[in-house]
Amino acid sequence: MKLSKLAIVAIAAVVAVYVRAIYFTPIEALQGAAQKILYVHAPAAWVAFLAFGLVAVTSGLYLWLRDPKLDYIAESSAEVGLLFTTVVLLTGPLWAKPIWGAYWTWDARLTFTLILWFVYVGYLVLRGAIDDRDMRARYSAVLGILGAALVPFIHLSVYMFRTLHPQPVLIKPSAPSMPPVMVTTLVSAFGAFTLLYVWLLRERYAYAIERDAARQRLGMEGEV
Amino acid sequence: MPAELATELVASHTRELAAPGLLRGALLIARKDLLIELRTRSAIFSALAFSVLALAAFFFAWDPTAVGPADLAPGVIWVIFTFSGMLGLQRSFGGEQPTRTIDALIAAPVERESIFLGKMLANLAFVALVQAVTLPAAALLYNVSFLSIAAPLAGIVLAAAIGLVAVGTLFAAMAVNTRLAELLLPLLSLPFFVPIVICAAQATAKLLAGRPLADAADFVRLLVVFDVVAVVLGTLVYPSLIEQ
Repeated sequence: MKLSKLAIVAIAAVVAVYVRAIYFTPIEALQGAAQKILYVHAPAAWVAFLAFGLVAVTSGLYLWLRDPKLDYIAESSAEVGLLFTTVVLLTGPLWAKPIWGAYWTWDARLTFTLILWFVYVGYLVLRGAIDDRDMRARYSAVLGILGAALVPFIHLSVYMFRTLHPQPVLIKPSAPSMPPVMVTTLVSAFGAFTLLYVWLLRERYAYAIERDAARQRLGMEGEV
Repeated sequence: MPAELATELVASHTRELAAPGLLRGALLIARKDLLIELRTRSAIFSALAFSVLALAAFFFAWDPTAVGPADLAPGVIWVIFTFSGMLGLQRSFGGEQPTRTIDALIAAPVERESIFLGKMLANLAFVALVQAVTLPAAALLYNVSFLSIAAPLAGIVLAAAIGLVAVGTLFAAMAVNTRLAELLLPLLSLPFFVPIVICAAQATAKLLAGRPLADAADFVRLLVVFDVVAVVLGTLVYPSLIEQ
């Protein structure tokens, strides 16, 4: 497989960020080395929400414009988003065990992320269960829109319980509650993960197009 | 025969009126679905039996000396409502699959939105009936009294049921046309039931604990907003599921 320029830049950025995070960013005084997982966890969460946001937008646009490209973008973004959400769900407990004393708590943000993860697992299972390309696109666009509509409701309902989760350290009304050196690492991690996302999205998109073209050639597509 | 019934119903209707309005069309379709259910009674009995059996199963899964029945009841009844609702939802479109009734409905001079609303209303009646039997059964078996909170509880139950069937009807319509059929319905709908179950169970628990109504108000408000969004969005997107 030949790597594109974007791939090389994205991988190099991620490597650079983690070299910086591990060797050149100080260890946090209270949480110790466990805090460094933030440089994976937070950017992965950012990309997950970016990815699911794109699923919602392209789903809505698909029902309006009926351009198959929009459906392929939604499909690709959902899968890449699910990957990053899985990273969020795996890195969170690794941090939580030493800091909170338990891998999992039914805290608002954890519950929220888990439910969202299930919504997009359902989205991908639905896609896999429909052979007809046009029907698959319409059905998954409907689910993509509903998934986005569900977000505020899960958010509100789970927040009606108290939350233990650390509050945002970067994007908040007052100044970031981190020394500048950590802020730089975190911000670069956000950038590097965004590049990684764009690269993976493009690769997945190209795959989706090739797959359906091949299916059509082989006559595997169930046409209505 | 559901397909024949639908065509007949619609045919007799077209003789009097060109096309029924949105709501009238919905009521016709709901009537058709309930009539079929009334004559076969296939799903309602299994849903009722499931609900009462689940009440018994849950009771023995807990240690009654550690958790009081009044603390246990709200969670149990809401989990049961969710799953028994699913039984009714599967029947809503799945039962018509062999006769391709949906094709007759699409061809019939009713709005496509009416098909969704009608199916939803029939499912609402189904779920409400299951709830109307399960609640007294829970009161009896768990030795808790809902009488003092009957009116607000009925409101919560109705609000939750509307959200449940709005989302569930849409997903049932989708699931039935996929390769996984009814296996897909729980996977798609359960994440969407989470806010409903949280709000309804919390509000029920607050009422059962003798807390003032205001304590449950936030949860009920969220439920009502959920209902409005689910019904409106469901009605709007349903037609794009049945394009041919």
